[in-house]
Amino acid sequence: MTDHEHHHHHHHHESSELSETDLRVRALQTILIDKGYTDAAALDAIVEAYEQKIGPHIGARIVARAWIDPVFRQKLLADATAAAAPFGQGGRVGDHLVAVENTPERHNMVVCTLCSCYPWDVLGLPPVWYKSFAYRSRTVKEPRSVLREFGVTLPERTEIRVWDSTAEVRYLVLPMRPAGTEDWSEEKLATLVTRDSMVGTGLPLGPEARP
Amino acid sequence: MNGIHDMGGMDGFGKVEPEENEPVFHAPWEGAVMAATRVMGANGGWNIDQGRYGIELLPPDRYLTSYYHRWLARCEWALVKYGYADADEIAAGKSLRPGKAPPRGKFTVADLGRVTRRGTFFRETNSTAKFAIGDRVRTRNIHPQGHTRLPRYVRGHVGVVERLHGCQVFPDSAAMGQGDNPQWLYTVRFDGRDLWGADADPTVVVSVEAFEPYLEAVT
Repeated sequence: MTDHEHHHHHHHHESSELSETDLRVRALQTILIDKGYTDAAALDAIVEAYEQKIGPHIGARIVARAWIDPVFRQKLLADATAAAAPFGQGGRVGDHLVAVENTPERHNMVVCTLCSCYPWDVLGLPPVWYKSFAYRSRTVKEPRSVLREFGVTLPERTEIRVWDSTAEVRYLVLPMRPAGTEDWSEEKLATLVTRDSMVGTGLPLGPEARP
Repeated sequence: MNGIHDMGGMDGFGKVEPEENEPVFHAPWEGAVMAATRVMGANGGWNIDQGRYGIELLPPDRYLTSYYHRWLARCEWALVKYGYADADEIAAGKSLRPGKAPPRGKFTVADLGRVTRRGTFFRETNSTAKFAIGDRVRTRNIHPQGHTRLPRYVRGHVGVVERLHGCQVFPDSAAMGQGDNPQWLYTVRFDGRDLWGADADPTVVVSVEAFEPYLEAVT
């Protein structure tokens, strides 16, 4: 079955499937609350944190800082957990974050073939494509064809360095600063840093993206 | 275990289809499952490796549903497996008897930081690392029935140690309830052609994080 067919199949059954799933999830919440493992306010707070507070804007600020501040860039590449801490929710990010730098010779991509490991602290929850079977299966074998599906074509000689997150190390890609942004502020630069550029499936926007 | 979850290098899953302006959750129940699961991790109900193993134990047809359907199935399974609910309660959709106190007690809003900030997996040990950066190593040809984080596509291949990450919780032990059993962790890099054959893209380099028990010296 192709992804496309799967998608249609899913929509076809969505209404009945969702209601059964909704009931199971409601039951799960009821059991956790009735048994005193948590309360409704705490469950809501977790959802709210990932919907509103923790997302790729955190990583974008870290990248923009690295672009304008060479000392910070060195610190980020040496110990990303420590360097990124001030940008994280509550002024910290968890262990063990590693930043990997794109250069004209090397492009980095991050994947988790075994599950869906992703740097939640600095990028938020992973998008569906990151968790998809197509991305997880193909990225370690044919990363260039995966990149083409994101509209990214790199020079033939560029090394594609794929990081399969098989342990508790989490990777943040430090993309290259777009040309033509030499006099830009950190804040303005951050608007060019897309989520995908920090996973390695995209490149930062160009200066023309902002008037 | 050699499960459906170990997807690196498989064919047949089609194209990657990024979604424009994707929402964080596609339905409220997805967020609810995520929060419920994270609560039981943060209060010590089960560890991250036990959680991952729970997903790997799903039969392939259930695994191949959706990400949060897997999380839902895993949460129901783990509540029963680790003694926080009984199967009849999951079936009834409500609590029928008192629960078991989780190691870190009830999770409240005050504990939010334990969810939004990852914990540390570093552990102090007296052992010294067997391998150094630049060493050539071969991944062991292992096929454990339990949980492992050594993907099939790198087993038996020769790579180069690129980074050393200190001693960390060993998932193969932690998932089976055998304690942290900390092990040295390395980034090991492989040439794409060594993994995928002479016809593969010569510009591809792939790495995994490999715990020391996954590796042997190449002499």
